Amino acid sequence: MATLELRNVNKTYGASLPDTLKNIELQIKDGEFLILVGPSGCGKSTLMNCIAGLENISGGAILIDGVDVSGTSPKDRDIAMVFQSYALYPTMSVKENIEFGLKIRKMPQSAIDEEVARVAKLLQIEHLLNRKPGQLSGGQQQRVAMGRALARRPKIYLFDEPLSNLDAKLRVEMRTEMKLMHQRLKTTTVYVTHDQIEAMTLGDKVAVMKDGIVQQFGTPKEIYNNPANLFVASFIGSPPMNFIPLRLQRKDGRLVALLDSGQARCELPMSMSDAGLEDREVILGLRPEQILLASADTAGLPTIRAEVQVTEPTGPDTLVFVDLNQSKVCCRLAPDVAPQVGESLNLQFDPSKVLLFDAKSGERLGVLGATAGKPQPTERVGNVTQINRN
Amino acid sequence: MTSLVGKSPLSLSRIAIHVVLIAACLLYLVPLVVMLLTSFKSPEDISTGNLLSWPTVITAIGWVKAWATVDGYFWNSIKITIPAVLISTAIGALNGYVLSMWRFRGSQLFFGLLLFGCFLPFQTVLLPASFTLGKMGLASTTTGLVFVHIVYGLAFTTLFFRNYYVSIPDALVKAARLDGAGFFTIFGKIILPMSTPIVMVCLIWQFTQIWNDFLFGVVFSSGDSQPITVALNNLVNTSTGVKEYNVDMAAAMIAGLPTLLVYIVAGKYFVRGLTAGAVKG
Repeated sequence: MATLELRNVNKTYGASLPDTLKNIELQIKDGEFLILVGPSGCGKSTLMNCIAGLENISGGAILIDGVDVSGTSPKDRDIAMVFQSYALYPTMSVKENIEFGLKIRKMPQSAIDEEVARVAKLLQIEHLLNRKPGQLSGGQQQRVAMGRALARRPKIYLFDEPLSNLDAKLRVEMRTEMKLMHQRLKTTTVYVTHDQIEAMTLGDKVAVMKDGIVQQFGTPKEIYNNPANLFVASFIGSPPMNFIPLRLQRKDGRLVALLDSGQARCELPMSMSDAGLEDREVILGLRPEQILLASADTAGLPTIRAEVQVTEPTGPDTLVFVDLNQSKVCCRLAPDVAPQVGESLNLQFDPSKVLLFDAKSGERLGVLGATAGKPQPTERVGNVTQINRN
Repeated sequence: MTSLVGKSPLSLSRIAIHVVLIAACLLYLVPLVVMLLTSFKSPEDISTGNLLSWPTVITAIGWVKAWATVDGYFWNSIKITIPAVLISTAIGALNGYVLSMWRFRGSQLFFGLLLFGCFLPFQTVLLPASFTLGKMGLASTTTGLVFVHIVYGLAFTTLFFRNYYVSIPDALVKAARLDGAGFFTIFGKIILPMSTPIVMVCLIWQFTQIWNDFLFGVVFSSGDSQPITVALNNLVNTSTGVKEYNVDMAAAMIAGLPTLLVYIVAGKYFVRGLTAGAVKG
């Protein structure tokens, strides 16, 4: 049980090389679950190794419970880690694997036996204790690796992509199990993944990383609803956010974003402060589930008629692709809406959900429309599944 | 595999293959057969018959005489080989562990330079080695010879272990460090127990090299401290009296037996160890 604080952490492997980590500032409270997420090579695993003490940092400080541990060795940090490859000691039995750290810490054998029994029961691996790692399935090895981490009752758990070697079904099961485990044990956890679904579902806090820089640090909800830039917006969410590049134009004294589907046009009025935005290249960001099928309840919203290019029924939703401003735009509609290719649909947008990004820097400029006064469509037939999920 | 072979056991190509294989076997076995036959012949048989003729009387007199001559040198070789093999393997294992899992600045260069040792012919190190041994006061001693064999063998043993350990995932060491284990605990408790195949390769290799060595033996030892290879040479090259081929052959076989024994006992690990590093995972 501990707090973790990273202050301006830097990591470089040589003056001539680009920095691997740049000015990382993160803070999590006791018992929180922090996710480090990003594409491969973004530095998330390096950052985790730095927290563990397996690699030295080049600058800044790492504080556990307010104490700077950046100079201390891994064994003095009281941290346990679960590796992607599990890293079970192949010549030792499951029991010996779990005991290893306890024995090195000179815990009396009776206490060790008790601890092994507790962990084995918790993870339901009692029947595997005498087997060698090579005789276990991937899922079982994963449990043992977790058992080894749990046995020490460390201040912080580190998980380095622990689920990525499992098959799809098992991964989803273990994800839920992990969340249950964390709710039960309430141990501060740092979890590295490249899977944005794991990031969204498991984390109390998420740090999205790219090129050694934390792009955004916040709750999953903040990251999803208010991504700081184009990268975060595109990385989090599946299917990903739609991006429509365009130029804002002035009409009747206010700025509008003009959408064109080829057969119809639609103006999305802008209500945020428009200083300096006129004629500027911007990118509209639109989550697939925020494109609605026009219905009586949503009459006030801007509507556009567009032709269906492709449909992808996924089961819970139907993904419909249309062209807007020559960009392919994905709409996530209810499964009972099954339009044919070539058919035209009336699509609506809630301007208060449409994000505006700067085309050059990729930074989020704000939300296109105001929330005030707009009826929030919550009981539409068209998007029931999406609402339930939220 | 079976489908290719099993259908027509008497096809022409199969007969051809077997004939070639048997011929090759015979060719390889001829020297051994000649040695065995000759070693059990009496001196009369040797002087009258030819190389391949069957002995008229089978006698172990050659073996008895040979053992009486090389007895002391056989034990010399054992005393030289066993410590040299064990120490060079142990240091090689430690070197390999450091060079693959505890890399330091310049460790790759260090390893590269060490590899040169594998390509150095024995002859080039004779003078510097004898100079060094002289300075250390180990000239013409068994200890000195052991020392030379250890140093010369390190390049090979380090290479073996380093290449084997490179295929072991780093995460194992990381996990052990987080568990609180130190440098030697990780080596002794985790890495070494995984190393059986490569230890066997190293032992066989070093044993064969050191036991069969003649040049270092003849240069760095003298008189009673000589290894069996040198003694064998002295025995065979005696220029006085009648050539006792039966004794020569028996002595040569005595000199060769230990390496043969090592291959028989540990041979199955040899191939396994040589290929173990090649496949990841």
